[in-house]
Amino acid sequence: MLEILFISTLNGVLYGMLLFLMASGLTVIFSMMGVLNFAHASFYMLGAFFGFEISRRIGFWPGLVVAPLLVGAIGMAIERYGLRRVHRHGHVAELLFTFGLTFVIQEGVEMVWGKLPVDYRVPPSLDFPAFTAFSTNYPAFKMFELLTAIAIFAVLLLVVRRTRIGLIVQAALTHPGMVGMLGHNVDRIFMLVFGVGAGLAAVAGVIAGPALVTQSNMAGLLGPILFVVVVVGGLGSLGGAFLASLLIGLLQTFAVASNASLAGLLGPLSPSAKQQVFLADIWNVTVAQVAPILPYLLLVLILIFRPRGLMGRRES
Amino acid sequence: MKNFLSTFGVWIVAAIVAACLPQLFGSGLALTSMSLMGMMIIFSLSYNMLLGQTGLLSFGHAVFFGLGGFFCVHAMNDVAAGKLPVPLIVVPLAGAAAGLVFGALLGWVSTRRGGTAFSMITLGIGELVASSALILRHFFGGEEGVTTNRTDLAPLFGLNFGPQLQVYYLIAAWCLVSVAAMYALTRTPFGRICNAVRDNPERAAFIGYDPQAVRFLSFTLSGLFAGIAGALAAINFEIMNAGQLGAAQSGAVILMVFIGGVGTFAGPIIGAILVTYLQVALSDVTDAWQLYFGLLFIGMVMFVPEGIAGLLLRQQPLLRERQLHRVVPFYALALLAGLVTIAGLSLAIEMANRLTAHAGDGPKMAFLHVPLNATSVLPWAIAAVLLVGGGWLFLRAARASRNAYDTALAASLAAALAHRSNA
Repeated sequence: MLEILFISTLNGVLYGMLLFLMASGLTVIFSMMGVLNFAHASFYMLGAFFGFEISRRIGFWPGLVVAPLLVGAIGMAIERYGLRRVHRHGHVAELLFTFGLTFVIQEGVEMVWGKLPVDYRVPPSLDFPAFTAFSTNYPAFKMFELLTAIAIFAVLLLVVRRTRIGLIVQAALTHPGMVGMLGHNVDRIFMLVFGVGAGLAAVAGVIAGPALVTQSNMAGLLGPILFVVVVVGGLGSLGGAFLASLLIGLLQTFAVASNASLAGLLGPLSPSAKQQVFLADIWNVTVAQVAPILPYLLLVLILIFRPRGLMGRRES
Repeated sequence: MKNFLSTFGVWIVAAIVAACLPQLFGSGLALTSMSLMGMMIIFSLSYNMLLGQTGLLSFGHAVFFGLGGFFCVHAMNDVAAGKLPVPLIVVPLAGAAAGLVFGALLGWVSTRRGGTAFSMITLGIGELVASSALILRHFFGGEEGVTTNRTDLAPLFGLNFGPQLQVYYLIAAWCLVSVAAMYALTRTPFGRICNAVRDNPERAAFIGYDPQAVRFLSFTLSGLFAGIAGALAAINFEIMNAGQLGAAQSGAVILMVFIGGVGTFAGPIIGAILVTYLQVALSDVTDAWQLYFGLLFIGMVMFVPEGIAGLLLRQQPLLRERQLHRVVPFYALALLAGLVTIAGLSLAIEMANRLTAHAGDGPKMAFLHVPLNATSVLPWAIAAVLLVGGGWLFLRAARASRNAYDTALAASLAAALAHRSNA
């Protein structure tokens, strides 16, 4: 029992940190430009596939650096030549533009790498058990993922809180006009933030790719969960996104590890045979099977009881 | 008489056209595509009740389409099993009821907020329902779905709705009724208040209407019509599966409505017909057709955000004052340049597709019946020249068309003023 608890907590925190790597970019882009970037999960997928392609040719470590830079550059180009152009048509057009991008990126990836999972392997230098807890070998690569995510989180926090660039970005969040008056190029700040956000998502892709499955549907699977994180945490709140990422990471990991079902829990109280026909699905489903829908249930509950999210300030 | 014609003339013409279409296009493929178009018209118009009329961008509208379909399938199976005297033609009402009930249920949660938050809530709810559908196997039939047989129901006037032609007429009739109902809805005070909530929720609240209540009503009614569309899909395909209420279907309806144009009532109809036609035509020719749709969609969002209907509507004042001849040459030039660009782009996409996804088939291929080798330099050079040259020309022509349009519009306004002062 303790073993499951320990391993699940570790996995949950790891998943949560990966979610946060992406959700942080998403929420900052949202509070700056008011646009919810649908293609954010697609940048994560691009990161994973670029990382795979580079690791196949040169090695994993160059991929960890080059792939996010590439994806960041793509993100900046998309902001500069696409999003900025669409901006004058309003928020709906911006949202739809990024929505269309997800289609194009997914189709592009399917064209180049196909629909089947690619063989993105853990680098040999990290392919050993880090430690043995109880009787389980915990892989070193997962520890590396966790440490990378935490390191990036710390650097991000330092940059936003302690540097001049961070100060300007924070100011541009709430008072873009005033920042422009003070002589800063707000458009370029937006472009930079968009690029950094895309790059961070790509980092998540490069380090998550070998551990999870690198496949053309990975963006579609993860994208909605990212939105749940951002809404549950409170739109535009970095702290909220952090909390919600960990919450959802832990929630899903623990749910997958649990085998409980209503039938097992309430055994003797099970409904009569006649009712059973209709309730059989709900009655016998295990918590592990329900795991994929738990984030969405959480979303609906949050919206009913606390519409502004865990740490959001705004209602709209 | 004149009043009657101006009110109902359009609908009479639409009914006659719908009745005559099978005479013109009688092939099996044409009939299935037209049936598909009929239900997609209802579906996209129901979506436009949200996006166009009330300003709500939903990413989970297929939930109501799918639920309508599933309830319709189960209703058909129950009717057939119980030998009830219910003809097929009223079964879509089951889908409508399902859409209405679930629209009210889910609308209660999602319409508490407008704007971006609403979009994300609908996305989450869409995912919730789509994933739940795979868990609740009894009702949704798991991966393979639930099947039915429309000919098992009691025949009506000797019609058993086995042949596709009869199903087409069933869909056309429901389509006409639904379109008329949705149009009538836009003319009611409720329709106007929806527009007010879309344009300025604060002011709508000040004149005494609760924006949340208006959004809720609009959402619920939109669910009803989406349910009808789903029910017609169930009747047409005789199978429903969880894919019908998933993200892909929700994405498809956004595509249709936006390409057609959100600002007008007719826009989604145009979009539904065009996108369905392209789907049928393109999926035959190339397997990268979804990439083309994505690019088309992005192109529309970037360059023609008012959609095809909006573009047509803008020509109306020119047509009225006979100034259209001033702009037509520019449009023709832009169209030509656009076609050249598309040719270059699709040549590049098809060659890339051949070299990656179909690497096993070798580099020899044909594009528009012209044989070529995807590994040689020449076709790539041609594609690049067509793409860059056509694109450059298109941007120039588009700018020139815009200028020509502005001068022609000014001229037609002046002409209209002159007419008025003479009269």
